[in-house]
Amino acid sequence: MNSQPSQPIVSLRGVSKDFLVGGRAATALRDINLDIQRGEIFSIIGSSGAGKSTLVRLINLLERPTAGEIAFKGKPITLVKGEELRTIRRSIGMVFQHFNLLSAKTVAENVAFPLKLSGVRSSSVIAERVSKLLARVGLQDHVAKYPKQLSGGQKQRVGIARALALQPDVLLCDEATSALDPQTTRSVLKLLAEINRDLGITIVLITHEMDVVRQISHRVAVLDHGQIVEHGRVEDVFLHPSHSKTRELVHEAEPENDELNLGSIPRGQIYRLTFVGKRAHTPILGTVAREFGIDYVITGGRVGTIRDVPYAQLTISFTDGNVHGAIARLRASGVSAEHLNGANSEAPLKATAT
Amino acid sequence: MILHSIGWDDILQATLATLAMLGGSLFFTVLLGLPLGILLFLTGRTQLLDQTFAYGLLSVVLNTIRSVPFIILLILLMPVTVLLTGTSLGVRGVIPPLVIGTAPFFARLVETALREVDRGVIEATQAMGGSVSQIVFRALLPEALPGLIASVTVTAVVLVDYTAMSGAIGGGGLGDLAIRYGYQRFKTDVMIVTVVLLILLVQILQAFGNRLVIHFTRK
Ligand SMILES: Nc1ncnc2c1ncn2[C@@H]1O[C@H](COP(=O)(O)OP(=O)(O)OP(=O)(O)O)[C@@H](O)[C@H]1O
Ligand SMILES: [Mg+2]
Repeated sequence: MNSQPSQPIVSLRGVSKDFLVGGRAATALRDINLDIQRGEIFSIIGSSGAGKSTLVRLINLLERPTAGEIAFKGKPITLVKGEELRTIRRSIGMVFQHFNLLSAKTVAENVAFPLKLSGVRSSSVIAERVSKLLARVGLQDHVAKYPKQLSGGQKQRVGIARALALQPDVLLCDEATSALDPQTTRSVLKLLAEINRDLGITIVLITHEMDVVRQISHRVAVLDHGQIVEHGRVEDVFLHPSHSKTRELVHEAEPENDELNLGSIPRGQIYRLTFVGKRAHTPILGTVAREFGIDYVITGGRVGTIRDVPYAQLTISFTDGNVHGAIARLRASGVSAEHLNGANSEAPLKATAT
Repeated sequence: MILHSIGWDDILQATLATLAMLGGSLFFTVLLGLPLGILLFLTGRTQLLDQTFAYGLLSVVLNTIRSVPFIILLILLMPVTVLLTGTSLGVRGVIPPLVIGTAPFFARLVETALREVDRGVIEATQAMGGSVSQIVFRALLPEALPGLIASVTVTAVVLVDYTAMSGAIGGGGLGDLAIRYGYQRFKTDVMIVTVVLLILLVQILQAFGNRLVIHFTRK
């Protein structure tokens, strides 16, 4: 990876993990290199069985790597044990898909639990910390309830408050929203984004939903069969996916995004134009079209937001006019333009459909 | 009246003796069986300590004791009992064999109850930086409480049965009374009264246990 201005908070170097299954080693992760920067929301995405859970469980050493080095805040932690290990775990909060709350404890007791484990005795300190945490996650009215009396979204909020109780540097979320409905998912994601912004806590988010990534992450890594096949800024990976696995995951999020059948359309120079940020709100295309006298057919497209930044991505077939001039002008305005049927791309229309 | 021949005094004494045996042996059974059950759970495959050898050894010992019929265990253990309590008779004399006979059974029930606890809870406690003893005492045992109470209840009922049996070798109590009067002296009415009392005792224990389980269940 390129040299970063600050030291990564978590870094994995050449990490592999084998599990013994029926006496033989099955590889879950292979040669993972990853740097997670302080303060970012980093997503790990991949299909079921890709190794996502194993990867985060390595970060707080719930699993030990078979090979490679794991560093936390610059210190190698691959081999730490005992009290040293427990101290590190206290600065890494974890949120689970199935919440994993203690059913015999109330909401307040669940949130107080990590404090008590870490040796905080004073009940006034605990009470104050717990009420602050519960206010942050919006559960101040449910303090004395037991987990089974809560909805899924509320349970996850307790899970998040509990994970924040020891004021960790990093929050690991393993499919934290996968058991929730879309609306609850959005509200939990919003909460996580707030925590990241207000408290500066680094969040590692595992999910198999591209939508989750798009809503709140800064960077994303795509895991496939235990290997990272693509990683980078979310807008880059999402708008210009290079690996087939990434395209598949992006496409899953937009099932209706079928490109038009081009057979009936006059064929010209086909480009994919991507407008991000304020460019998505400016009539650039119309202006350029008038200026260069071009005609075009829109054959596919998608619009939306990535972390509240709007984007529009259109596949366009230019049928007439000064196409070269128009493209140069679009690029000069900061619009990304990929030529889909250029010299060495004879019939790429199907293959490039995202 | 049929019942005029029954010595109510004797029955009262016998009931108290049975309750004493039950209380004493239940107490020591839990005291011995609970740690054994926790150890079984922790050393089990893929569990926190995962000690195949220790688990296997403990398993074999407990299974061996459990496979000896209780009445035989009573006789086999007499020297040990005398060593521990100075007598092999009366309430004190039956408590050691009762405990040794039931603790392995109770330990297995504890192991099962602990296995019922959601693995995710253990993992979450680990992820918070909890030590093994914190996981056991602050997470596992409280979470398994309803299951543990149910295990104690079942064990208490088994102990009622065993105390009655131990009457045969001089343990005293309701079982002893039933055998001496009912079987040896053909006083059927005494036997019926003692059996009814034993039935009542079991019913009360079970009902009480069930109530507690419900009270502590939060799932
Ligand atoms: N304790 C284990 N023992 C043996 N194999 C394991 C173990 N944990 C995970 N694996 C294997 O490692 C691979 C990766 O599993 P992992 O749980 O990390 O996948 P995942 O990406 O989180 O999947 P999902 O989306 O279904 O949660 C799988 O093939 C799984 O069977
Ligand atoms: Mg998983």
